[in-house]
Amino acid sequence: MTTRTMPRPAVSPDRSAPDALVIERGMTTAGRAVGFPRRREGPAKLTGAAKYTDDLVFPGAWYGATIRSTEPRARLIAIELDPAVDWSRVVVVTAADIPGENLVSAIKEDQPVLVPVGGEIRHHAEPVALIAAPDRETIRRLRSRVRLVTEPLPPVLDPEASDHEFASYEIGGGALEAGFAAADVIFEGEYRVGHQEQLYIENNAMIAVPGEDGEMAVHGSLQCPYYVHKAMRKTLGLSAAQARVIQAETGGGFGGKEEYPSIIALHAALLARKAGRPVRMIYDRHEDLAATTKRHPAIVRHRTGIMADGALVAQDIELIMDGGAYCTLTPVVLSRGALHSGGPYRCPNVRIRARATRTNTPPNGAFRGFGAPQVEFAMETHLNRIAERLGMSPAEIRRRNAYELNDVTPTGQVLRESVAAQEVLRVAVEASEFERIRRATAAAAAARRGSGMLPPGRLRSGSAASASGIGLALAWHGAGFTGSGEVHIGSVASVELAGDGRIRVLIGSTEMGQGTNTIFPLMVAGELGLPAEVVDMAAVDTAFVPDSGPTVASRTAMVVGGLCIDAARRLRAEVEERNDGRPFAEVYRSDAATHGPTRIDQTFEPYPGISFDDATYRGDAYPAFGWAACVASVDVDLDTGEVSVRDVVAVDDVGRVIHPILCEGQVEGGTLQAIGYATIEEIKLDNGRYLNDRLATYLIPTALDAPRMTTILVEAPFSGAPHGAKGVGELPMDVGAPAVIAAIHDAVGVWVTELPATPERILAAIDATGAGGTGAEGVA
Amino acid sequence: MSAIRFLVNGAPAEVEVPGMRRLLDVLREELGLTGTKEGCGEGECGACSVLLDGQLVDACLVPMSQVDGRIVRTVEGLSLAARERGDLDALQEAFLEFGAAQCGICTPGMLMAARAYLDAGGGPDHDAIRESIAGNLCRCTGYQKIVEAIAAVAAGDV
Repeated sequence: MTTRTMPRPAVSPDRSAPDALVIERGMTTAGRAVGFPRRREGPAKLTGAAKYTDDLVFPGAWYGATIRSTEPRARLIAIELDPAVDWSRVVVVTAADIPGENLVSAIKEDQPVLVPVGGEIRHHAEPVALIAAPDRETIRRLRSRVRLVTEPLPPVLDPEASDHEFASYEIGGGALEAGFAAADVIFEGEYRVGHQEQLYIENNAMIAVPGEDGEMAVHGSLQCPYYVHKAMRKTLGLSAAQARVIQAETGGGFGGKEEYPSIIALHAALLARKAGRPVRMIYDRHEDLAATTKRHPAIVRHRTGIMADGALVAQDIELIMDGGAYCTLTPVVLSRGALHSGGPYRCPNVRIRARATRTNTPPNGAFRGFGAPQVEFAMETHLNRIAERLGMSPAEIRRRNAYELNDVTPTGQVLRESVAAQEVLRVAVEASEFERIRRATAAAAAARRGSGMLPPGRLRSGSAASASGIGLALAWHGAGFTGSGEVHIGSVASVELAGDGRIRVLIGSTEMGQGTNTIFPLMVAGELGLPAEVVDMAAVDTAFVPDSGPTVASRTAMVVGGLCIDAARRLRAEVEERNDGRPFAEVYRSDAATHGPTRIDQTFEPYPGISFDDATYRGDAYPAFGWAACVASVDVDLDTGEVSVRDVVAVDDVGRVIHPILCEGQVEGGTLQAIGYATIEEIKLDNGRYLNDRLATYLIPTALDAPRMTTILVEAPFSGAPHGAKGVGELPMDVGAPAVIAAIHDAVGVWVTELPATPERILAAIDATGAGGTGAEGVA
Repeated sequence: MSAIRFLVNGAPAEVEVPGMRRLLDVLREELGLTGTKEGCGEGECGACSVLLDGQLVDACLVPMSQVDGRIVRTVEGLSLAARERGDLDALQEAFLEFGAAQCGICTPGMLMAARAYLDAGGGPDHDAIRESIAGNLCRCTGYQKIVEAIAAVAAGDV
């Protein structure tokens, strides 16, 4: 079953969630976005005309490659070029060739662009030297003739054993021990998650093109043009005008093209600078998997005090994240993880202690959800286990605890508006017929047990080949940047009425499949009283578009969209004022002819009444939250332990739906990534090296692994954004995995507490209980 | 090196390349048909799917020695009639309308898989469609809108 959704025409932006708008089902037919513009760059993508980085042709360009470490930790003694080989036709770059600082611009700036001789190699696949040649065959032949002389050092591979902390936070307080003392039940649990690869289908790719007067342009697959721009200035010693970043069509990002493209751009540019010609640095899948960032592995420990009626009274949470070898964005990922770790639940006494440490594994970085999927898997699974202990329905324990208007979070944030936790929960439970199906799966499990055919420790009975289960999870996701991040960045977005009468949106936010190119004309045109087709999107090129901040944190529609709406309103007011108050749509062409171009640059201003103290971690951690509920139905094969996720109902409050089909697409895609996280996606490591660094061995869901999905969108608008939008990209990623894990428990009676729930883990958990299908607490 | 002659999107092509050179590279580099994408280079992702004598193949796994005298169709030639009209064909229309393309990098291969399925007489049954595109990975959509778009074309509903 599929539900199509469509927003109602007008939503007052000052409504708070008690009357959140559940978008009615069936308002459009057969999945078509009637009345909404089609994807702007869709025809180019569907005819093969769209140019991704590797499709771009630069005459005379050479091919670049990266020489990487093969040890997790070592001192680099020397880089030797085989004297038996002719090196005159190639270019080799080492750290000695770097004109500026040998550091990748980031939060802590601890990562070298290339490991210098005498320096320390800190992870397997770390870049040490670069090589460029006119053809790929030469590179293939010569790259193995570059020898790294190293002296091994003992690697640190256990994040809990590491003595180097990237960041740590302690949040909350209250009377923790008094809370535990008052509790009827104290429940403890430990949860673990491993790496997850973003696995955009287009690998990372950059082409550097040297210009005149020391200019360097890079064309690439990237989310954040100004991150790359800043990195180029720092490492190449360029002025703002000399460095230029142009986004090519980008084949998916999911966070994986947030910070990592900077180092690839630098590598390409260093080679191009030395070769004096364009250099193509196009990763293949193996290199992309082996070397680029992953989702942070995490260990989460919960100690929770609960009253007999299910009310949470104390939460003590410990979170440890494995940052890998360099800091990248780890402090921010950890911060979001810590802030979300208590889940969307009211609790008077909460303490959250979080730290991220360094290990000698490839650095971890941004990935859709950004710390939240790890902790929400832990919290939701923990809460489901508590519900089981209390003999309470998973829906009921959430109804009793989920945030409502004016509740207070662990940072002391009062939830003054836009709180739709109860709403998404109610809708998901109803639409999925959660309680009815749960009764049915419980009856089936009882029948299997009653058959007397269950050998101890295994579930197989004579007749049943599989068991079905249903599971529920609820999540919150802070909208936009954490804390005062948005204020620090001070993003700019521009709307221009050009001299030729065209209207153009100029933003540094990128299209990577999520729909930026389509929703911005829609938002701006709506304010100007025009059809979306007349509004153009300027190409993302740092020579022309302003720094609108990175395309991350589900912030583009909410924050940059809000700026564009404000800019459009100002443009409209200005033009109408000098045309005797006549409507913009009537006069803009003649106004452009008479007055020439009018450009409005809109700079971010803090949301009124929102403040956060970075030092004490008190205050409004986010201007608003999105809310999501997910109900998953699974079949577990009783012979093999294999899980098939059959159906999902996903209910997401995004504040305001801008384009229903694109919005649903975000929910569906994010849900499947979460299902992959829950069931099959896993990186195996051996002495700090990723073992399954190929697409034949790192698996993501295919069309056959994907469930039927029913998406229901809810609108509880955020008053700080002119259109009320809170973002959608990350929400579904937070909630899918714990729903699947709960469904597996419902099917076979064991809790898998370490992701992914592989057949091996499920069977091991069943064996550990010694009594399959009884609902006993299991371990992974 | 030997001359290899074949038809691509209805037009004759001749290239002099080593017999083990990949069809994918010849399409993208010798012929400038960059609509066909490389996602993994080992036949796992399907981004380079093309039709070879009407059969769906991964162009990264096809050596040019196997292409001599055969007929290749890529996304650029998905519908020659529609292209001549400067128009999209029904499958492309459906992908647009249903939101089946997001980042677009899997889309050319996905379209070719769908074309092969429809040309073989495939109907609107969702399970059959899922089976037919199971060799084409998409990381954006969750596949649902792709399946719906193909089903709509199979049902003559676009």
